[in-house]
Amino acid sequence: MNKSVFLGVVAATTMVAGVASAQATLEAVKARGELICGSNTGLTGFGAPDASGNWVGFDVDLCRAVAAAIFGDPTKVKFVPTTGETRFTALQSGEVDVLVRNSTWTVSRDSELALDFVAVNYYDGQGFMVKKDLGVSSAKELDGATVCIQTGTTTELNLADFFKQNNISYQPVTVADDSEAQRQYLAGACDAYTTDASGLAASRATMPDAENHIILPEIISKEPLGPVVRHGDNNWGDIVRWTYYALLIAEEKGITKANIEEVATSSTDEEVKRLLGVSGEMGAKLGLDNAAFKNAIAAVGNYGEIFSANIGEGTAINLARGLNALWTQGGLQYAPAFR
Amino acid sequence: MASELSFVRDKMLPPSAPPVREAGAVKWLRENLFSGPFNTTLTILGIVVIYMIISASLPWWLNSVWNAGSLAECRDIVIASAGEGATGACWAMIRERWHQFIFGFYPPDQYWRPVLAFGLLVAALAPVLFAGQKKNMSIILGVVAVFLVVTLGLAGAPVGAWIATLGLLGGMLALAQVQPGKLLWFTALFPALCFWLLWGGSVWVPIVALMGFAVMGVAYTALVARLGPTGSALIAVFLALLWWLFIDVPLTQVIDGMMPWGLVSVDSDQFGGFLLAITIGVTAITFSLPIGILLALGRQSDMLIVKTLCVGFIEFIRGVPLITLLFTASLLLQYFLPPNTNFDIILRVIILVTLFAAAYLAEVIRGGLAALPSGQYEAADALGLDYWRAQRLIILPQALKISIPSIVSTFIGLFKDTTLVAFVGLMDPLKGVTQIVRADINWKGIYWEPYIFVGAIFFVICFGMSRYSMHLERKLKTDHR
Repeated sequence: MNKSVFLGVVAATTMVAGVASAQATLEAVKARGELICGSNTGLTGFGAPDASGNWVGFDVDLCRAVAAAIFGDPTKVKFVPTTGETRFTALQSGEVDVLVRNSTWTVSRDSELALDFVAVNYYDGQGFMVKKDLGVSSAKELDGATVCIQTGTTTELNLADFFKQNNISYQPVTVADDSEAQRQYLAGACDAYTTDASGLAASRATMPDAENHIILPEIISKEPLGPVVRHGDNNWGDIVRWTYYALLIAEEKGITKANIEEVATSSTDEEVKRLLGVSGEMGAKLGLDNAAFKNAIAAVGNYGEIFSANIGEGTAINLARGLNALWTQGGLQYAPAFR
Repeated sequence: MASELSFVRDKMLPPSAPPVREAGAVKWLRENLFSGPFNTTLTILGIVVIYMIISASLPWWLNSVWNAGSLAECRDIVIASAGEGATGACWAMIRERWHQFIFGFYPPDQYWRPVLAFGLLVAALAPVLFAGQKKNMSIILGVVAVFLVVTLGLAGAPVGAWIATLGLLGGMLALAQVQPGKLLWFTALFPALCFWLLWGGSVWVPIVALMGFAVMGVAYTALVARLGPTGSALIAVFLALLWWLFIDVPLTQVIDGMMPWGLVSVDSDQFGGFLLAITIGVTAITFSLPIGILLALGRQSDMLIVKTLCVGFIEFIRGVPLITLLFTASLLLQYFLPPNTNFDIILRVIILVTLFAAAYLAEVIRGGLAALPSGQYEAADALGLDYWRAQRLIILPQALKISIPSIVSTFIGLFKDTTLVAFVGLMDPLKGVTQIVRADINWKGIYWEPYIFVGAIFFVICFGMSRYSMHLERKLKTDHR
């Protein structure tokens, strides 16, 4: 009885706090003068500080785009490193305004945790890496293999599901983090290493003998990663969502960081004009400057530019666009109409 | 007659050398390493294990690379110099990222501030650690002065800060020769100075806050004759609280408006690496000792409420893992504060780490109190001392002396526990900074080097604490065991 009363009070306090902060995120951000973006504690290519302390990466650029849309200045953003355990609570409690930290969109996170995944900026999936001399070309041939797997992640559950469905056995070798997994795998403690395909590619790129390792073709789970906001402030969710879509539309329409000024003055495409704030009041409808999306694109480039600068082909990580190509090129990245 | 006794020696023979097996290295080996079949076996096994460890790791150390731009480059250099299949340490990573291990994201042009704060910390500790030892104190102050002259020069400190530091240390050195006790005033003022150096901002913030203590002191001395120590202490604390709650902020703003002197302010989230570990560790150590003493005394008290509160607090904190308290600091507290309040995460963590250490110290000190024969308590009473005087003059000096090894153990544990803050997203040197370094594609896959580097620095600091505690024990040794 007493316990439930206490929990009720906690819940009520949380709700009151939640309602009070709802509808006000944009005002709070503007009043503070900077966006607070929950980011990774360090994930190659997606978000990490470099040697001089500047945050760089694929997820980081999306935060900068949102900051540029709000303030016209991509530097007005503070990155708060969050761990796998603290990320959602940091968002719920209002410590961060938006979480862009390769978090997988699942139904329980949407409902139970009262969060909104507003877009998917990277379609990932769980894969396997094995040594070439193991002579395996499909994950289904991994019967009896030892597999290095990080504990406490959804990848652990996916792995169990996959092996059970295919009626084969495996021996898990649990490791704490990515660097330990890589070390164990290279030392021969496990035959296969499984994690998100983007992580596998990054690991493989830094191995001393990358040519001796292959990533198997099977992707055994859906890992749609995207920016997350709190329930209760729909306008704020719209701002993050449409900033992201603006980057996608920019790629679709061939608007780049370099040519944006020229396009803004010369384009006759009505959707481009609305996107860049030349005609219509799209930015103002979201409570932003009319040139908000133009600023976002000018600050970080379009989606394709962000992708190729941080993780795409030509970088050390060397990820193919794959599912993350535009819908016009056979991928899944599709932005709704900008009108 | 005497000439017949030719076989009698008239002088001593020179002593012959002892048998080989009873002298020198051979004797030592026989006695210590090969004194029986069992010990001989153990010795041989030990030598084999040591040989295996060294032969496995020595090439790795010898092939160390200090100049490279990435891990792949390191590997190429090792292979070029030592042949295919050789391994080598890649210290080039430390060379490129050492500043993040030490300072986190602190702005590089302000590095002189944490360096200065660290140097002055040692200077402020000297009068406490070496009370009454003029020679040791002078040595420490001299070393700090030399250290700061060099490092402040390297860190590009402004000339004004340099001169002020040298003047301050020179003054302290001179004072140490005549009135070393007075140096404690610098120690008392140091927390405010350190806060200002590290976080920056207006110089008036710490000064006006310190004036609250002045208010407390003045009120206490004015009232103590009339109201006795307890009543006047309560009123003095109350007045000081009034000062901090209602006068502090507006007064600071007014003075700062007139004389806006200060340093560039640095946010807490720019702290990281050893700067963070030492900030949390030193603050927690400083405040947990007095709180721990009060809790230990409270637990022994006859007053029911005080005793219950102390026991409840100690048992609660000791019953909960530190990591739970850290999550509370990082996540739960935020729910109970009004929305959009920004209660500094480092401050939250420091408070909870302090309380955690205080609970453990309370038990350690209670052990010391319990070890004193009851005759000591009775003797203090018989002398007519009141409670606080008895504690201060008779009981605590003896109880604390007994507890020194355990107290220092707790401190060492506390300092190493600061790495746990990585779990709430702070950039501790061991996990936080290591992880961001490994997230750089150039250094991804590096494993032992960051751990060895961070471990070595932790070892130096903890070993220093341990040696100091042994020195203190020897110095305070009064019995004849």
